[in-house]
Order: sequence, then C-alpha cells, then structure tokens
Amino acid sequence: MEKQWYTISVYSENNVGLLNRISGIFLKRHINIEGLNVSKSEIEHVSKFTIVVYTTEDWTRKIVQQIEKQVEVIKAFYHTDDEIIYQESALFKIASHLLFDERQIQNIIKESNSQIVTVNREFFVLAKTGRRHEIDEMHDALEPYGIMQFVRSGRIAVTKATMPITELLTEFQEN
Amino acid sequence: METLKAQKKEQQKQTTMRITGAEAIIQCLLAEGVDLIYGYPGGAIMPVYDELYKFQDRLTHILTRHEQGATHAAQGYARVTGKVGVAMATSGPGATNLVTGLADAQIDSTPMVCITGQVPRHLLGSDAFQETDIVGISTPVTKWNYQVTKVEEIPEIIAKAFYIAKSGRPGPVLVDITKNAQFDELDFSYEKCTGVRSYKPVPQPDPQAIEQAAELINKAKKPYIVFGQGVILGEAEAELKALVEKAGIPAAWTILGLSAMETDHPLNVGMVGMHGNYGPNVLTNECDVLVAIGMRFDDRVTGDLNTYAKQAKVIHFDIDPAEINKNVKADVAVLGNAKETLGMLLPLINENKHEAWLAEFEKKHQIEYNELIEKDIHPTKEGLTMGEVIEQINQASGQNAVIVSDVGQHQMIACRYAKFKQTKSNITSGGLGTMGFGLPAAIGAKMGAMDREVVAIIGDGGYQMTIQELGVIFQHNVPVKIVVLNNDHLGMVRQWQELFFDRRYASTVMTNPDFVKIAEGYHIQSRRVTERADLKEAVQEMMASKNPYFLEVKVEKEDNVFPMIPSGASVADIRLK
Repeated sequence: MEKQWYTISVYSENNVGLLNRISGIFLKRHINIEGLNVSKSEIEHVSKFTIVVYTTEDWTRKIVQQIEKQVEVIKAFYHTDDEIIYQESALFKIASHLLFDERQIQNIIKESNSQIVTVNREFFVLAKTGRRHEIDEMHDALEPYGIMQFVRSGRIAVTKATMPITELLTEFQEN
Repeated sequence: METLKAQKKEQQKQTTMRITGAEAIIQCLLAEGVDLIYGYPGGAIMPVYDELYKFQDRLTHILTRHEQGATHAAQGYARVTGKVGVAMATSGPGATNLVTGLADAQIDSTPMVCITGQVPRHLLGSDAFQETDIVGISTPVTKWNYQVTKVEEIPEIIAKAFYIAKSGRPGPVLVDITKNAQFDELDFSYEKCTGVRSYKPVPQPDPQAIEQAAELINKAKKPYIVFGQGVILGEAEAELKALVEKAGIPAAWTILGLSAMETDHPLNVGMVGMHGNYGPNVLTNECDVLVAIGMRFDDRVTGDLNTYAKQAKVIHFDIDPAEINKNVKADVAVLGNAKETLGMLLPLINENKHEAWLAEFEKKHQIEYNELIEKDIHPTKEGLTMGEVIEQINQASGQNAVIVSDVGQHQMIACRYAKFKQTKSNITSGGLGTMGFGLPAAIGAKMGAMDREVVAIIGDGGYQMTIQELGVIFQHNVPVKIVVLNNDHLGMVRQWQELFFDRRYASTVMTNPDFVKIAEGYHIQSRRVTERADLKEAVQEMMASKNPYFLEVKVEKEDNVFPMIPSGASVADIRLK
C-alpha cells in the first residue's frame, strides 16, 4: 500500500498524560509523528490533537482505532490532504542588514505574502502562514542569504465535509 | 414498590465522614466489594498499610514475596472469579516490579487495579528517594492510569479505576497516590462509577451485521468457529454452546478460550495455533465461513497472515472495535458483548448438521492421535512425558480442577491435554508469555476458588522466576497443588535451538537445585517422581491432600512439543514431527 500524508484529528478530555499515551501508540509501531498540534476545540474542555503522519492508509486506520480505544479519547478521525483545509505557520529570523544589502529579500517578502512581525537593528522576523510546500519554498528562497533561526508549527486543519463529531460533541457538552 | 423506593433512597443518601486519604483508599476498596488484596509495603505506601492493619478483619492483605507475584496473584484471582484483582506496592522499585504483571494483564484483558504509593507531591520531579515516574512507565501497559496528588480525588479516581478495569474489554488500571494525599483528610463519601463520558465500553450491536452473519452461517457448507477469551469475559458460554449445537458447527479455541466449552463436547474439535491440534489448524484453510468469537487473531494463532483462511468469509465478533481488521480482514464485523450478540444471532440460525465436514476433523484427529497424542499421553518409551502427567491429573481430578500453567513446553502440553468441564478453569499467560506467572497466579486462583482444586503446572525454568512465592503458600497454608515438570532445560527455547539453530543449546541447560528440599524448607509436603510406575499413585496422593503439595516429575530432557507451525509458516503447513 502506498504511503501518503494523513492528518489525524483527535478529540479528547484535557488530561495530563494523554499526550504520552497517544504518542506511545505511534512509538510502538515505529511511525514518526511529522507534525503535532494540541489546542482547544470548538467544545469547551475538549482538546483537539492534530497529528500529521506519512504512512499507509492501513497503518493510519489501525492507529486511529487504537487512539480511539483510549479511555479519555472521545473520537479520532483521519483525512487525506484533499479532504481538509490546513495551514502551518513559520517564523524566519533574518539579519537586518540583508534587507538593504540584498534587494531580492524584499521581493521574497512581497511574493510570499509573509508579514514582518518585528524589526530592530540586528534582525527582523518574518511570519508566514500557508501550506507546507509554500513554507518550504520560502525557506529555500531565503536560505542562500542566511537564516538566523527558523521554526515551523504543527499543522492545524478543519475538514471540508461536515463532521459527525459536531453532533457527538454537542451531546457530550450536554452531559 | 414503595419499600423498594425507600431502600433506594436510603442507599443514595450520602453519608460523609472525615477520614484520611489512606483510610479513604480502604473504604473505597470495601465499597467495591474487595476483600482480598496482594501487595508489598514500603515507605510511600505506609499510611495505607497502617489502615490495612486496622481493617484486617474485613480486608485480607497477602504479602507476596515480590511485587510481580502480587500482580500475578491478582490476575489469577481475577481470571478464576471474573472480579477485579487488586495489587498494591510502594513507589520506585515496588512500582516498577508491577510492570510485567500490568503488561500481562493488558495483553490478556484481565481486570486488575494496582495502587502504588508515590513520594509526596512537593518532592515530585526532584529525584527523591524511591521516586519513579510509574504513570509514565506504565502508560503503554495499562488500560488507564492516573496520579492522585490531592486527597479529594481519591474516591472518584478509585471508583473510576474499578469501572474502567472491569467494563468493556477489561484491563489493568494503575492509580499512583502521593504520600501527602494519603496523610491528608477529606470529607469522604463514595459513589460507584457508572460511566466515563469519553469512554464507550460496549458498542451497540448492529442488527444488520448480525443478520448478515446469520445469512453467511446458514448458507455455509463448511462453517468453523474459533473462540477466544471474549466468550469467558462476556460470560457467553451458554450462547456459544447453543450456537455450536444448533448450527452443528465444529468449534476450536485459542489457549485463552480454553474451558469456555467442555473439552469432551463432540463439536469441540480442539486448539488452534502454533502447538494446537492438527485438524483445527489445517482445516482453517478449508472452511468456507470462519466465525471468530472474542479472539484477536494473534500471530501465534494465525501463522502467516497471507495464507490464513484466504478462501473463507470471515465473521468477527468482538467487543473491541480496534480488533476489527487489525490482523485479519472481516467480511462481517459484529461489535458488542458476545453474550448479547450471540443471543441476538441464535434465533436467526437454522438448525443444521455438518456431518461430512465434522468427519474431516475426526479424520485429522485420528492422524494426530496415531502420530502424536498416543505417544504423548500413553508413552511406551522409557522417559516420562509431560503429556502423561497431564493425563493423570485429568483422571485424578475428574476434569474439575483449575489448571494454572506457566510458559513454555509444559504450558502447551497442559493446554493440549488438560480437560475441562467448567469455564474459567484454564489460567495461563497467553499474550505476553510471562515465565514466572504460574506459581503466584495459582495462589490467586486458589484463593478465588477455595472450593475447587487448583493445580499449577510449571516448568523448571519459570518455577525459579517466582519460586519465592512458596513463602505465601506456606505462611497462609494455601492448598495449591504444584507440579513441576522438570526436564533440566528451558525446554521451548531448547526445542527451537534444536529445530532452527542447529542444536546450539545456548544457555538453555539448567543445573537445578533439589526442588523437593526447597519445598520442604517451606514445610510443604513434597514428592519426586522419576519412574512411570510411581506417577499415578503420586498424582492421586497429591490430589487427595487437603494441604499444599509439591510434586516434581522428572521428565524426558529433550522432548519436543508437536504439532508445530514454524514461526511465519502457514497453518496448513503444521508439522506433526
């Protein structure tokens, strides 16, 4: 079976130790977590994990079954990239003199649709939100000039289709 | 009606009392109906032990000689009673010694609650004396775990622990309680847990799936049932038997399913898996509908998955949705408790007999009997066989004993040849294969079923992993019958070395102590058998004893267990020699 990118969404109780329990499910099967984001969800006191993996659908399905089996997990889903709207964010820290010495930098900023978060004498910081390949492209464009620091967030995603979780969570909230 | 209501109201009336966390733990256990726990004291759990001292008339604590023994004893108790076994230990090494038992209970779905002491909250993360992150360590081997750091959490968390351990697919739960929470006081009241909002222990059966299953079964020419422990855990023995008899379907079992159906039932065709019976393995690849009930297609059951039952439509009954399509793809998946789903299936099943199909199992059995079984249980060669010892136990016990086995050759022989009339009677470490399980599990099994004979069948290797639990048998006069089948080898590993590693017997030869003298050191009546002529009488003497009894049987040193599906081979390629 062919490997591809899958985004796993996990709705759970917000409890200490659950992250360890969930990450253990990947560890046990030697599957690397490529991206991880934990945040609150549309329902109060319900956390949402967004986990990105590169593997086969068979493995993804089994992992989701195992995740959903955990006592504190309400529901888990997986989706391919086509089925979701997703974004990642990145920050680039770059030496300030490059803004003046390298004209191309300004073009990259304009073309990439990134924002300048801060500027001081030593460095400036660019923020970029988009798909992973867009961030990768911007990274590749800036790299020849020197990037002082780079960081990219985990993926966040919502589905294109209506999710049955909405009803389930409403019920859940009433309990 | 009115009185019933009044009674209920009375029960609901919460009475609170001001007590310490340590006493609250005991009160929780009592409220859960616990009267027996296994454990080992130490610094971080001392407040609880102090309370155990005060409550010893209502709650018996058995001091095992190692915390691992406490977990296996709790497992043995749970497996024989269907109740939750309880084990207790201190922090640090006490807690880490529970890990093997937790892993065993997790993979074999055994309901168990382990309570560990932990260093006081203000010392957490400081590498304090006997501090260890047992919640982190035990996460992959527990169904659920939790660290209590505030006294107020104790009743709710312990209630939740028992509920989670027992409900749905059972499993082990660990509750780690910091010492400050044991010392502090709370206004105590207890309410049993009846649900956790994120947890759906028993899926709702789908009538459509059950109809599809019935249709496949009714149309089948060669239907075949393989059942596992799900039948026992779901208390679905009667429903299974009714299904098997009504539809005339031959039924085989996994080692954890053993004893869910009486061994001598004409439709009970035997054991599947690596050392299972010939027919049940070979015919897996000839059936047209495979009905798997409460089993998980473990690799030791299926052999090579690419050649496993490919010709058959597979119907999978299980309580755990994560088991569906995990190893074998199901054409029809029926989720739910087996008692409920089989109960719904039964009225839809047509009466049938599959005599020609059943005769194929009989034919294969004859081949296996002539080739192997007869030589195993009625040997004519000089050395004693493990099989003949089990056969003698069958005869002396009238097939009514609880058989607890350890892990290795003797375990496979015990599962192959021990006969059962009652359910919950075969206790063994199936999934994890934990050597050392047998002796402490037998203690727990006996204490859970004092009216039954409990016979522990153990090899000389596994016996020495938890031999110190003889101390419990002696101190509490637990009348367990211990049979060590001594071949002076780690027999199963030696067998693999013989078959697959050119007889290079690396570290499998054991120079053993005088086991009879060791048992005598614990004042346990003991006997050694080296000759066939003495075996029957020795087994009878053991079974007749009202006290603990140790029997060592010196068996053939280099016997192998057959049939055998070599690792990774197909069930169809099972070897008779």
